[in-house]
This record gives sequence, structure tokens and C-alpha cells, in this order.
Amino acid sequence: MRDLRGDVKRTLGLRLWLSGGWLTILALAALCAPLLAPKDPLMQDLFLGRMPPFWMDGAEPGYLLGTDSLGRDVLSRILYGARLALIVALVAGTLTCFVGATLGLIAGYYRGWPDRIISRFVDIWMAFPPVLFAILLIAVMGTGLLSIIIAIVIIDWTRFARVIRAEAMTQGAMDYVASAQVSGQTRFSTMLTEILPNVLPTIVVLLTLEMGIAVIVEAILSFVNLSISTDSPTWGGMISEGRTSVHQAWWVLVFPLITLFLTVLSFSQLGEGLKDRFDPVLR
Amino acid sequence: MMYKVRDLKLSLPDMAHKPLIGATPRIEILKGLSFDVPKGAVLGIVGGSGSGKSTLGRAMLRLLAPTGGSICFDGTDITHLSEDQLRGMRQRFQMIFQDPMSSLNPRRRVGGIIAAPLQVQRLDGIPTRIDEALDMVGLPREFAQRYPHELSGGQRQRVGIARAIALRPDFILADEIVSGLDVSSQAQVLNLLGKLVRDLGLTLAFISHDLSVIRRLCDRVLVLHLGEIVEEGATVSLFEAPQAPYTRELLSAIPLPDPHQTWD
Repeated sequence: MRDLRGDVKRTLGLRLWLSGGWLTILALAALCAPLLAPKDPLMQDLFLGRMPPFWMDGAEPGYLLGTDSLGRDVLSRILYGARLALIVALVAGTLTCFVGATLGLIAGYYRGWPDRIISRFVDIWMAFPPVLFAILLIAVMGTGLLSIIIAIVIIDWTRFARVIRAEAMTQGAMDYVASAQVSGQTRFSTMLTEILPNVLPTIVVLLTLEMGIAVIVEAILSFVNLSISTDSPTWGGMISEGRTSVHQAWWVLVFPLITLFLTVLSFSQLGEGLKDRFDPVLR
Repeated sequence: MMYKVRDLKLSLPDMAHKPLIGATPRIEILKGLSFDVPKGAVLGIVGGSGSGKSTLGRAMLRLLAPTGGSICFDGTDITHLSEDQLRGMRQRFQMIFQDPMSSLNPRRRVGGIIAAPLQVQRLDGIPTRIDEALDMVGLPREFAQRYPHELSGGQRQRVGIARAIALRPDFILADEIVSGLDVSSQAQVLNLLGKLVRDLGLTLAFISHDLSVIRRLCDRVLVLHLGEIVEEGATVSLFEAPQAPYTRELLSAIPLPDPHQTWD
């Protein structure tokens, strides 16, 4: 029996290409920052302050995207800033996803008292304004990479818990879960083998969204000077510095902003693209 | 006796009418049912919607815990066994579900779906068992590589049957398994089920709201109405001389192929 469905070629999708491409470039840039960066990102030269990007009059050769008010190379700082942004996106995103999805899965599938406890926590948690909560946490724990990651996980796990709980509830009501019970499968292994694969596409989409959000939260914390020390370049820190001189040197603000925007956009589009690829019904 | 059910009662909490403080009221769904299922019998369980027939089926497989009475399966009282104690016995009673789309995990291939209970029960020779099960339900062996959404409704229901019989159970509960299928697939699935019952020496409980389907397959019928048994008897005598008024109502609801004919 021949099935024509196999003959339909599904293209990889432009959005997956573009978002994946941008993130690959960014990852390479972060890894090879010392090789790629034309200048030392911390080197100051007050005589070369607020130099415009290369296509404008008065540009200094070697400083492709111009310099900030202290004469530091904007391009090099963006490249080095990608390191922190990506570390935060990957580590904080994955940890948040793991904590939130696990709790959501348990609450949605087991119901009963685990659900009551977890849901109550989520309700209370979501009543805090997230950015204030983050600032408060950093103030207590002190600044540093670890504090940023912990703050993001503590704030954002509820996002996963809520959505995955609802999704696990829907899947838990399906007959194939009852069927697993009829065959004598334990509750725990049913959760892992039957429910988890069916909520995985949602988890992937949320994870990529969360990576984008983690980048933004890090930028927000840098903006209020609560990220890691001002010595290491961060996109949020650059935006914050650029804001003060936006009328004299817009490039200090705009280039990190564009990078941040493209990165967050790519993460969310990557999630959408991956969801389509994962779904056997759509494949 | 395969099943001995005595004074089976089951109630579920009524969350819709839960007061803010205090105990949740319970809705009584099964109000004391007693019946037997002899070995090798094909028992039809019929009733309108809300009569408790699916709940009865799920209680018999201990997917729901009864609130009163007792259920004996092949001499063992399973009414109050814990999930752990039931695990070893689960191979012996299986179920085929109503909606073949939601009863097959969309992320697994057909082979994996049939293999899952075999793995849980730690049986050996799983690949041969999958092939045998597919042969028995009349699906090509290559279907093991397909996903459920690539199959038609009738084929999916055959996969559901294959999953149940691959464990070689003694008893199968079929819960409205043909109500989602078109008439020709219904006939094929019913023929297949009848053949499997004969070939494998199965005991079958067949839940349906459709008496014409029951008449074709079952040798005994249990008529449920609002959680109570209103009539029980051999299919032939029930169709010839229905005793309870509710049974007569159900019988008169069967559409006749030719309205000028009667059922005889």
C-alpha cells in the first residue's frame, strides 16, 4: 500500500532558518569573541569618545559601530555582551523550564493535594510584581551571574507551571492514559511515557520564549545596574549608558537594542518553528 | 464465573454543587447492581446516556473504586485491591475504548502502542506478539510503523483491539467501540470481535446504547436505567418478550430497515 503523504515535501521553513541562523551567529560570536572583537571591550580612550559608525562622516577607522562616551568600541562590547546574554538565556531558561514544567506536570496529572499545594503557590507567586521581585532578590543575594540566574528561575517558574498544568490535565483525561492504567502501568511511569511526550511541544515553545525573556530580564537588571559588575559588558548596561547620550551618539543605544530585539525575536520564532517539526500529526 | 458482581454501588463527588464549607455532595451513579458473567459469555450492557453503563465498565476494571458492594474476578475479590496488588492481574482483564483517536497516544507508532502493555507486564517475544496481534485483527504488519493519525477510524479501532488481545486476556470490556464508526466499519469490527471471542475463548462485556448491535453479538443482555438493572436475560428472550417498560422503549427506538417489517 502506497501512502502519498510521504511524497509531500515539507520545507524547513523560513522562520526556522532565520531564527536558527541568527542564534548560531550569536553563539559563534559569543564563543569566539576574543578572536572576532576588533578592540578590547574595556579599553577606554577619552580622545575617541562618541565616534560614529563607519559609514558616517568623522568615523574612526577600526571602530565599525562607533564608540561610546568613554571611547569603548561598541561592536566589541556587543560581542562580549552576547556571552552573558546567552549563558543567562540557556542556563536560566533551562532551569526555569525544568522546575516549572516538573511542578506543572505533577499538579496537572496527579491532581488532588499536590495540585492544591502547587496551584496555591503559583497564585501567591504571581501576585508579586516580577521586576520588583527580581530587584529585591538581587538586593538580598548580591549581584553576580548566579544571582541573576536564581532570580530568573524564582520569578518565572510559575509561567511554566501554569501552562503545563493545564496541558497535563487535558492529556490526563485522554483514554490513552486510562489505557496505560488498564495495562497496569504505574502513575509515575504513565506520566513520563504517555503525558510528557504529549506536552513536550508546549514545553519547547515555552522554553524558547523563556530564553528570550531571560535575556530581557538580564537586560532590565543591567539597566538598573543590578546585573554583574560594570566591568563586563552587557547589552542592558550598554542600553542604559546609551540612553543618557542618545542625542549625541544614538549608535551606543541603537546597536545593542537591535541585537537584543533580534535575539529575543529569534528565540520565540525558533520555538514556533520547532513545535511544527515536533508534531507527528503535522509532520 | 468470570465476574461476580454483588450490590455494586459507586458514587462520585459532585463538584458543581460543592458548598464553600463542608463535605461535597455525592452523586450516586450505580445503585446496587448484582449480576454474573459466566466464562465464555458475551454480555451486552445496554442503557441510555447517563444510565451508568460506562461507569459500571470502569468499575469492573477497577479504573474507578466502588463505594460499596463487591466485585469478584475469577474467584478473587478485586473490590478493594490496591493498584500495586492489581498490577499482576491486569493482564487478565483488558479494555477497548470508545474513541479510537483519544485512546491511542498520538506520539507513538502503532507498534509502540501495542507493545506498551506487553512491556509493562514484562512479557517476552514482544515483536512476534505485535505481529500476531496485527494479523489477528486483520491489519498489515507494516502498520506497526505508522502513527494513529495516519489510519482510518476502523483501522484505529482495530489497533485498540490488537492492543487488548496482545496480552491474551481472559476478559475484555468493549465500551461503545463501534459508536464512532460508520455502518460498514461497524459491521467489520463487530464481525472481527465475534471471531476473536470464538477463536481466543474470550469472555466479553460489550457496552452499547444500540440494541441492534447488541443483538448481533451478545448472548446475554443487561439493561441499565439510571444506575439500576431493569432487566437481565438471554438476548433471544429479551428481544422476543421484553419485560421492563424501559426495555420496550429501547426496542421501539431501533430504526427498522423497512418500517413495515417487525423484528422476527
